[in-house]
Amino acid sequence: MVKNVVELRGVYKSLHDHEILHDINLEVREGEFLTLLGPSGCGKTTLLRLISGFETPTSGNIFIDGKNVSGLPPHQRHVHTVFQSYALFPHMTVFENIAFGLRCQKVPLPEIKERVANVLRMVKLEKYAERKPSQLSGGQQQRVAIARAAVNRPRVLLLDEPLSALDYRLRKTMQIELKQLQRTLGITFIFVTHDQEEALSMSDRVVVIQEGCIEQVGTPRQVYEEPGTLKVATFIGEVNIFAGEIMSTENGKHVTLRILDKLRKAKSTRPCTPGEKVHVVVRPEDVRVWNLHEVEDATDMFTGTVEEVIYKGTTVDLIVRLADNTIVAATEFFDEDDDRLEYKIGSQIWVSWTPGWEVILPHED
Amino acid sequence: MKTDNHFKSLSLSVIWAWMFLFALLPFCLVIIASLMSHNESDLITLPTTLANYQHLNNSTYIRIFEKSFVIAGISTLLCLIIGYPFAYIIARMQSRWKSFLLLLVIIPFWTSSLIRSYALIAIIKAKGILNSLLIAFGIIDQPLAILFTNYAVMIGLIYNLLPFMILPIMTNVERLDQRLIDAAKDLGANRFTTFRKIIIPLTMPGIIAGSILVFLPAMTIFYIPDILGGAKSIMLGNLIQNQFLISQNWPMGSAFSAVLTLILVTLILVHVWVTRGNKKREWL
Repeated sequence: MVKNVVELRGVYKSLHDHEILHDINLEVREGEFLTLLGPSGCGKTTLLRLISGFETPTSGNIFIDGKNVSGLPPHQRHVHTVFQSYALFPHMTVFENIAFGLRCQKVPLPEIKERVANVLRMVKLEKYAERKPSQLSGGQQQRVAIARAAVNRPRVLLLDEPLSALDYRLRKTMQIELKQLQRTLGITFIFVTHDQEEALSMSDRVVVIQEGCIEQVGTPRQVYEEPGTLKVATFIGEVNIFAGEIMSTENGKHVTLRILDKLRKAKSTRPCTPGEKVHVVVRPEDVRVWNLHEVEDATDMFTGTVEEVIYKGTTVDLIVRLADNTIVAATEFFDEDDDRLEYKIGSQIWVSWTPGWEVILPHED
Repeated sequence: MKTDNHFKSLSLSVIWAWMFLFALLPFCLVIIASLMSHNESDLITLPTTLANYQHLNNSTYIRIFEKSFVIAGISTLLCLIIGYPFAYIIARMQSRWKSFLLLLVIIPFWTSSLIRSYALIAIIKAKGILNSLLIAFGIIDQPLAILFTNYAVMIGLIYNLLPFMILPIMTNVERLDQRLIDAAKDLGANRFTTFRKIIIPLTMPGIIAGSILVFLPAMTIFYIPDILGGAKSIMLGNLIQNQFLISQNWPMGSAFSAVLTLILVTLILVHVWVTRGNKKREWL
């Protein structure tokens, strides 16, 4: 059985009568890369500060390694934070920065030297030990910040949007490096970001937070392909949302849907009842389009007009307006043997998707 | 952009001109004056001589120098001990009390420091407010003889110069990044370690600026020893004042000033050298 390094039980946090976090229950597993994903102001950084001990919960309990840490100050918790701005000590060299935590624990000097040297090797900064933080690039500072926390062998490393200060290209490189570093170090990472692409590409599990509540916890694939709520679906990636109604069900899973006066077969991961109003979510890359002459049987297809064609190199994005004015986005991948991707603005096309690739969610207003 | 640059170079040259005219030039004149002689009719005259400096090597002068040094040093240290926590607390305050407290620091500047020094007499004299209070509370039965002692001089110096310690430190603490303190705590530092290893080194520029701003006037301010220290208490400032105004010996007074400046510059250089050396050593 996998051990939980961090557990939150019924955690609430309010500030000035304003509820920031609402009934947070979360288990963080040993050695995993967990991402807290949500828009800015959703409470994800507060959640991180609760775990690190810089904030105390209004109610509820936090356990680190099975021990209730409520009331313990940051320096008595076995977790370390990599701050958004890195917060490297400007008056100390890279070596001194990294050695700071060990010195606070009164580790003997020879051991400090050895451990700092080891961690510097891991982050590939051996040659920079005597530099000041101001003499390093953003990416190098980032690595020093991680090394400074990792050298103390914390149970959990908390990372507060550590990549947001870097430019796009460096961010991509650092994403891969961070993931590799996490594997090498074998430390549990709790990573905070508002960037869904970052969350999906790096994490073992993603916690989607919206307005102070956990909306969904799952692997990147789960939260992307099987979003639990409309909020999760719209926050992560692009979606097309259709209002629909369940017409009939067959052992709960196989259902017949009515969308825009068309009847379609579909699969549902949750039980549905006939007559239920639902929202149907389809990712643009799952939407297929056909020219009118290509199709013989259009019983479960929707007719629409091409409004916009956006060429993106590897894909072509189409904006299609259906008969009832619903806007549908479709992403088509290039295929060497296929010349179907020639679409003209204003031309009539068929729109459809493979039954079973949609996600059926309860109706929300 | 171009006008911006013009403005920049213009304002910079104004500052340079100002510093040259009112700081560097007078200082050079003092050095030159200290190398001249004087007689009954002229304040300064040729021939050039080193005699003024040779006169300084006199046990009375050296004792006054030492005494001024000790009194100014203790006053600076006490200003630092009192001023640092005060500056730190004001700088980190979030509430509207912050500007009120800052106002309290600045209000004394609205009254002449001379008048405030006289006012101090009323507090510390034998039958003054301080002694009356201490006797009333039964802490002492005989009034403390504070007035006309070195203690009175130090009280006067600290009272008058404390804002000069508080203001630079406060500015420095305000610029201190809270995240660095958070990071230190996060890495396992307790309050004391955080203070010693992070806060003190990062506010060192403020501490040095404040100490210089206090120490220099403390050495040379002449009316505070005059008013509070009585006739016996002669400090370096009084010595320089006497040379210029009573003995009319400008070259001698200039020599005193020049030596004082030299000592202060040496102190600053020693500090720079020590901190640079410290950074190379490892701390534990």
